[in-house]
Amino acid sequence: MADTSFTRMWNGEAIPLERAARMHLDKFLSSIVEGVARGWRLSSLFAQEACDGEGLELVALLAEDARAALHVGIGHVSGSAFPSITPLCPQAHLFEREIHEQSGLIPEGHPWLKPVRFAAPWIGNTGASASPRPSIGHAEFYSVEGDEIHEVAVGPVHAGVIEPGHFRFQCHGEKVFHLEIMLGYQHRGIEEAMRGGPHRATLRQMEAIAGDTSIAHTWAYCQNIEAMASIHVPPRALVVRGMALELERLANHTGDLGALAGDVGFLPTMSFCGRLRGDFLNMSAVLCGSRFGRNLLTPGGARFDCDARATADLQNRLEEAERDVRQAISLLWTTPSVQGRFENTGTVSRKDCVDLGMVGVAARSCGVEVDVRSTHPTGIYQFTTIPLATAHYGDVNSRAFVRWLEIERSLVFLRERLRTLPQGEIGAAPAPLAPNTLAASLVEGWRGEVCHVAITDASGRFARYKITDPSFHNWPGLAMALRGQEISDFPLCNKSFNLSYCGVDL
Amino acid sequence: MIRALYARLRQGHRTIRYPEVLAPALPEHFRGRPLIDASRCVDGCRACADTCPIEAVHIDTVPRIDLGRCLFCTDCADACPQHAISHSSDYRLATRARGDLLVAPGEELKLARALDERLRSLFGRSLKLRQVSAGGCNACEADVNVLSTIGWDLGRFGIQMVASPRHADGILITGCVTENMRTALLDTYQAVAAPKIVIAVGACAIAGGPFVNHPQQHNGVPESIPVDLYIPGCPPHPLTILDGLLRLLDRLPREGR
Repeated sequence: MADTSFTRMWNGEAIPLERAARMHLDKFLSSIVEGVARGWRLSSLFAQEACDGEGLELVALLAEDARAALHVGIGHVSGSAFPSITPLCPQAHLFEREIHEQSGLIPEGHPWLKPVRFAAPWIGNTGASASPRPSIGHAEFYSVEGDEIHEVAVGPVHAGVIEPGHFRFQCHGEKVFHLEIMLGYQHRGIEEAMRGGPHRATLRQMEAIAGDTSIAHTWAYCQNIEAMASIHVPPRALVVRGMALELERLANHTGDLGALAGDVGFLPTMSFCGRLRGDFLNMSAVLCGSRFGRNLLTPGGARFDCDARATADLQNRLEEAERDVRQAISLLWTTPSVQGRFENTGTVSRKDCVDLGMVGVAARSCGVEVDVRSTHPTGIYQFTTIPLATAHYGDVNSRAFVRWLEIERSLVFLRERLRTLPQGEIGAAPAPLAPNTLAASLVEGWRGEVCHVAITDASGRFARYKITDPSFHNWPGLAMALRGQEISDFPLCNKSFNLSYCGVDL
Repeated sequence: MIRALYARLRQGHRTIRYPEVLAPALPEHFRGRPLIDASRCVDGCRACADTCPIEAVHIDTVPRIDLGRCLFCTDCADACPQHAISHSSDYRLATRARGDLLVAPGEELKLARALDERLRSLFGRSLKLRQVSAGGCNACEADVNVLSTIGWDLGRFGIQMVASPRHADGILITGCVTENMRTALLDTYQAVAAPKIVIAVGACAIAGGPFVNHPQQHNGVPESIPVDLYIPGCPPHPLTILDGLLRLLDRLPREGR
């Protein structure tokens, strides 16, 4: 758009750093607010050491879904503070907290500048900000006071075999007034370790940002590398990537629908889907030996070919799984006791969804049309479209139903790809990264938009690598879904989002 | 109701028969225990060790692979100009001692032996485990969870994941033990009544996995928590985990071990 001061680029594109629009901080911040007011989404916002070596600068990536465009801008921060845009743009709230924690910069006027991961700062001159930090679990929580108000604390170690996180509920009887979610328990220092990379372990760390989203994160990483090194991925590899991403979606969506059934005590679908999820994971293992798609993607293409035997094997497995999954999941829509629990539970309004910048299944369930595969397609999705699935009530049932629609569409996609797999190579030779370059990649993981932004220094190494998991945008949505709910509905609401803890913790 | 019954009939009985019969076939590209053919090695070649993303390959005279660190990627095998490293489909990888996880050319892996008689009499037919996710990627957790689905039915061996450490006979640890989870892990371990067992699942819990030497974590289970069973992998296949648990409890049939 001619009237924006940001630089327009495309998903999976690399641009010379000098082409990225630099502007006065005020202009930078107002451009974000204006962009978001116009319906763009804040896909990423982060601090980095200024390229000229003086102080810090902020980098923002906005997604304009209607025109498949991304907009990037850089604003220099002089001093140790900048005006917070959170009061005008709630999407920025967690990004600003993250910036504060990573660099010590203070977003002045931020409503509550709490830690995100309880980690030490590492961007810029951190000597001055090495003041004592709160240890995890010992922060102030939003609290409600009054007669009969009570507080429920859950985690970090939960009842099931799940990741650690802390939930603090403010309740009146069974009714939840407010839920606060505190994460950071799995902070492994992934972004910090990217500096000076790519390193030998980088690709393996990308696969383990969130183990259930291995393909989406690794794809985003590979796409950045390929853009910065001008590598053209052969069509056959693009298709293998697409199949792997949809298998990841099928496994997780099927597992989630089974778990949702379990949370309302409907055991048939729970049992069937628990097994069927494994069948889809095993299909990923047919592709690459790993149920989680480990070692399949590599910059330049794929590491394993889908040969004739694997193709036939996958076709058979897919046919069988489709029949079983259709039957198992259809029970959900025809069983009144399930529908009674799913409908009108954990509702997020469309307005809250848009204000918070939610993405993926959770956003589409509120009728918001965001799906990178349709709105910012790269790879195989440039050649074949997967119809975007939405629902309109923003409740557990909508989130469940959108998953089912997506399962159906992924199955069609896979069948078609297996039938028409293009011939040719599955990989291209590696090449060095261009120096002083910025690349941005969005990939629609099964939870939603995975966003990676890479910036190289003068020697072609990473000066900054920013990772945003879809859960980063969506955890506040879960908190909103709980408002006014019974606390006993928390497991059901939580599972209907099924967000990643480690994807946020990094 | 009738639909649910029909579906039940149609979906059938799906629990695998292992360990009464052999384990189900694993896919062609599955990477189990690595094999090293040192006779192919060329003097002075360090291609495998220099390529490994997390320094799991050590070379003195011949290459050795530390399965505790190994991510079971193909980086070493792809880098070897002599094709001396390959991956077998052998999923049996669990050991009782950290040192037993070293794969040397031509040597058998010292697979986990059973608990001593006293612990076996306590836990052999009923083992309740509290899982602690101490900073990983949720893949190990996912494949531990799979064991409780109908396909695997861990309950038939008397093994169950429980909600409270007070109900547990031991803990199953995943993750590299981040600084932010260290206290919670130690507290959970303390809360389990003795005698108790500890199982470390996955490369992260054993040695830090892909995050080894990051200052934000502790390279796996701290020394103050003695580990009884190491199950390597990134993540380990459910079969590898189940095999390890059954070895520990001496529940594998004698034949076909």
